Amino acid sequence: MHLLPVGHDAVLVEVGSPAEAVSLAAWARGRALATDVVSGAETVLLDGLVDRAGLAEALTEWSPTTVPPGRLVELPIVYDGPDLENVARHWGCSVEDVVRRHQATELVSAFCGFAPGFAYLAGLDVEVPRLATPRPRVAAGSVGLAGRWCGVYPTASPGGWRILGHTYVALWDPAREQPALLAPGTRVRFVAR
Amino acid sequence: MTLEVHEVGASVLVQDRGRPGWAHLGVPRSGALDAPAAALANRLVGNPEDAACLEVLMGGLVVSSDAGAWVAVTGAACRVLVAERAREHGAAVRLPAGATLRLGRPVAGLRSYVAVAGGVAVEPELGSRSSDTLGRVGPAPVAVGDRLPVGPPAGTPAAVDTPRPPRAGPLRVSVGPRADRVDGDALDLLCRTGYTVSPDSDRVGLRLAGDAIPQRHYDELPSEGLVLGAVQLPPDGQPVVFLADHPTTGGYPVVAVVDERDLWQCAQVRPGERVAFTRAARR
Repeated sequence: MHLLPVGHDAVLVEVGSPAEAVSLAAWARGRALATDVVSGAETVLLDGLVDRAGLAEALTEWSPTTVPPGRLVELPIVYDGPDLENVARHWGCSVEDVVRRHQATELVSAFCGFAPGFAYLAGLDVEVPRLATPRPRVAAGSVGLAGRWCGVYPTASPGGWRILGHTYVALWDPAREQPALLAPGTRVRFVAR
Repeated sequence: MTLEVHEVGASVLVQDRGRPGWAHLGVPRSGALDAPAAALANRLVGNPEDAACLEVLMGGLVVSSDAGAWVAVTGAACRVLVAERAREHGAAVRLPAGATLRLGRPVAGLRSYVAVAGGVAVEPELGSRSSDTLGRVGPAPVAVGDRLPVGPPAGTPAAVDTPRPPRAGPLRVSVGPRADRVDGDALDLLCRTGYTVSPDSDRVGLRLAGDAIPQRHYDELPSEGLVLGAVQLPPDGQPVVFLADHPTTGGYPVVAVVDERDLWQCAQVRPGERVAFTRAARR
């Protein structure tokens, strides 16, 4: 674990993996260490620290094993995306294998970004590059891949992820108590419909 | 009571102090870009400092109220007309029922703030009435024909008010998490020369042009959380200061952080104007 200063009121904690970032973020949020606890791919940002001086000491109480796994969400998906064959070429397998592998992998929401409720889902062990030219409009509910990440567009937006298919489930609803369906720590499994 | 909107200029947004605490879901904090000006406008009309007001970019707003109300215009100095008669900027002004309040173009600065006694009472979203221009959380931008609800006045208007807005000066910076990506001392290089404000600056970030800051390498980082005031260096080496509607995570290195007390200036500098940084005193 490595602490990096971010101005006067924040610290960026480097942990090294999405799983550890999710775990540390859940732990830090539970202890209300800061106003905003923002996990990243391999880091946790503690912004608006309550006790800057006592932080290093408090962090010694965390270990990756102390945090129980998050709840599991099953997302129905229709595999009708325009980039299925392209992903199969990158992965060196058939479209059927892409669909099988995508469903067989339990993913975890590592962090949100890009748009409210857009979760970066970790767990795939193969990657695809982003599109060289992003599409001007990707429909809400589109399920895509970029690098080793999987993500679902909560609202229509421009986007450069390679689209496998779509889901009809509402990922973002500010009227819900938990506005983001895939808040960091949530485990996700895709199920073909 | 309602405010009826007759004209809007470049942009009019409802803003309060924003919605911190949702960054982990990808929701920007948002909130008035010139926070001291918004707080002053609120105090002048007897509101709590966190009441929602109107953030007016480059003037041009015309509103009227169906009942009399105290209003105050702060921030970028502009002509304030009530029923076409000149009134004071930075003071509580009575807006009679049916009369119009008109804001001229500011002579300096960009953003003026209009507070109305009782506060703009549009429906809050995630605990705030702020319009977030990046994630589209909160109310839509104010448009001609809108009737904005106004809450019941909470206090009495202030005849005089202190403190007045803070003084302008170089933006105080302290070290950021990726300062070691800079080929040299990040703060020294930032503070060495001034920068020119780019026209593509907005509520997301103040984009600067000047001497490129060299980096040891240009690989993108795994995405990490961003703070308000983060000074990010894209590969072109031209710094971006992240403001209220900044994305919650990003992959370019943050090499410095601007002191929150100086960010109001980023709301008011115009494209083409100069900005300088200075090393913050240790706190």
